[in-house]
Amino acid sequence: MGLSKKNKEALTAPLLKDNPVTVQVLGICSALAVTSKLEPAVVMGLSVTIIVSMANVIISLIRNTIPNRIRIIVQLVVVAALVTLVSEVLKAFAYDVSVQLSVYIGLIITNCILMGRLEAFAMQNKPWPSFLDGIGNGLGYAMILVIVAFFRELFGSGTLFNYPVVEKLGLYDCGYLNNGLMLMTPAAFILIACIVWYQRAKDKSLQE
Amino acid sequence: MKFLRNYLNKVKPSFEEGGKLHAFRSLFDGFETFLFVPNDTSKSGVNIHDAIDSKRIMSIVVISLVPALLLGMYNIGLQNAIAAGVADSTSWFSMFLFGLAVTLPKIVVSYAVGLGIEFTVAQWKNEEIHEGFLVSGILIPMIVPVGCPLWILALATAFAVIFAKEVFGGTGMNIVNVALVARAFIFFAYPSVISGDAVWVATEPVFGLGAAVENVDAYTCATALQHAVNGAPLAGAAPDVVLSTQDMLFGFMPGSIGETSVVAIAIGAVILLWTGVASWRIMFSVFAGGILMAMLFGYTMPENPVAQIPAWQHLILGGFCFGAVFMATDPVTSARTETGKYIYGLGIGAMAIIIRVLNPGYPEGMMLAILLMNVTAPFIDYCVVQSNISNRAKRLTKKK
Repeated sequence: MGLSKKNKEALTAPLLKDNPVTVQVLGICSALAVTSKLEPAVVMGLSVTIIVSMANVIISLIRNTIPNRIRIIVQLVVVAALVTLVSEVLKAFAYDVSVQLSVYIGLIITNCILMGRLEAFAMQNKPWPSFLDGIGNGLGYAMILVIVAFFRELFGSGTLFNYPVVEKLGLYDCGYLNNGLMLMTPAAFILIACIVWYQRAKDKSLQE
Repeated sequence: MKFLRNYLNKVKPSFEEGGKLHAFRSLFDGFETFLFVPNDTSKSGVNIHDAIDSKRIMSIVVISLVPALLLGMYNIGLQNAIAAGVADSTSWFSMFLFGLAVTLPKIVVSYAVGLGIEFTVAQWKNEEIHEGFLVSGILIPMIVPVGCPLWILALATAFAVIFAKEVFGGTGMNIVNVALVARAFIFFAYPSVISGDAVWVATEPVFGLGAAVENVDAYTCATALQHAVNGAPLAGAAPDVVLSTQDMLFGFMPGSIGETSVVAIAIGAVILLWTGVASWRIMFSVFAGGILMAMLFGYTMPENPVAQIPAWQHLILGGFCFGAVFMATDPVTSARTETGKYIYGLGIGAMAIIIRVLNPGYPEGMMLAILLMNVTAPFIDYCVVQSNISNRAKRLTKKK
């Protein structure tokens, strides 16, 4: 791809060394709430990616006309409109998932990643880099969600995307039991902590 | 003894820098200092609290746990024999052997997993081996039901050692009791193997010992506290009484392996208090907190069956004694200040009874009470120290 170095940075940095969840520690609430199964986690990750990239583009386009004193309200209106759109689309085409996600789609409005990216990036940059930054942050968030949800669903319910992996492997007959702790929110905390641990052990520049 | 020392001296060089077995240096170190008091004393860390090193303290705790463990083993055999209906024809010795055969694998698994992780971490971080697992390793098998599968025990031990201890910096740095974290892990992850009424009694023979319980699926045997939740009278003149006071004291009732016998725990308590390893302030205040809370509930909640258990029975049932003597007094996780110890102990006793009475989902509250107060202990200490500072400051200004 013919991306300039700066644009490439905006897209790839949030995936690993500037990950919104594990490095900036933003968006933790939803990472705990929607990760007990893979399906809602994937949908949530995609929704946030779409919303944050679109909001970034819109805010970036009008960044020079927004009066500085009411910029937060303007940002909120844009985000709220996008969240409502995504929520309606989900209700129309993926009703089951939207029921599982319940209030958490609506609560994307309060996701710190969104406001953070709008304030920190979109307000100072042109639409194209802002779009890439939004995609990068959204995918970085989605990636952590999927990793956490993978372990929680596999060990907590013994399934992956509702496919009964453990049952097919015949582990239940050997006395294997599902780990109920994995279905509780503390497990997401522990798993995210493990990811943070692993990442900082690998990347010395992140160690404080 | 001489022979052991000579042997250790002989093999020592191969574990040192450049030796053949250098990779197992921490293992050797661990065993050497376990067998013989090292000549060099440490200058920082946990050992600073006492002149004898922490391995000696831990050995005393392990010794004080032995009576409860032995009686627990016998009780396993007894409950199995009662369940199979052969209690009259089985000798006490074969009951004990059965209990031993059931308990020993658990102890081995707990030590193997826990020490394995500790040795690996010590080797990896290039540190001396931490000895803290000596006590946790024996505590973990004692606070689980006899029906707990070994792989779950291994998983829980690994979880507790890694997440409750090593990530905080190893022995002496943990905020919460490691053995209780292992139990809490089982409690929340695999509730079916640690609660309910089918896990407390062994139902299958092991190595030809013990008796098979016929009709296993229909056989249930709840703990005393579970009975209380269900509304059965525990003691007294009623015909459907569940337990005699004598059974409660000696621990001839279903329960976790080491927790049932008050008498055996009392022997352990005497050893701990006599050697000064455990704090009498904590032990005393845990019981005081339990009694006060149980009496309060007894007066105020006449409808609640658990609240109507007499206060003294609350103390000798379930894991209350075991927790008060061996868990709450853990010097690492309890409050350090003398006043703080009273507050900490009262909190544990009261909280345990509150959980028992007010939450029918959890018949036993001791584990959660101790974990909760473990977390609060640093705050209690902080408040005690601060109030002392402000009192002295006040005294100073008054004098002027």
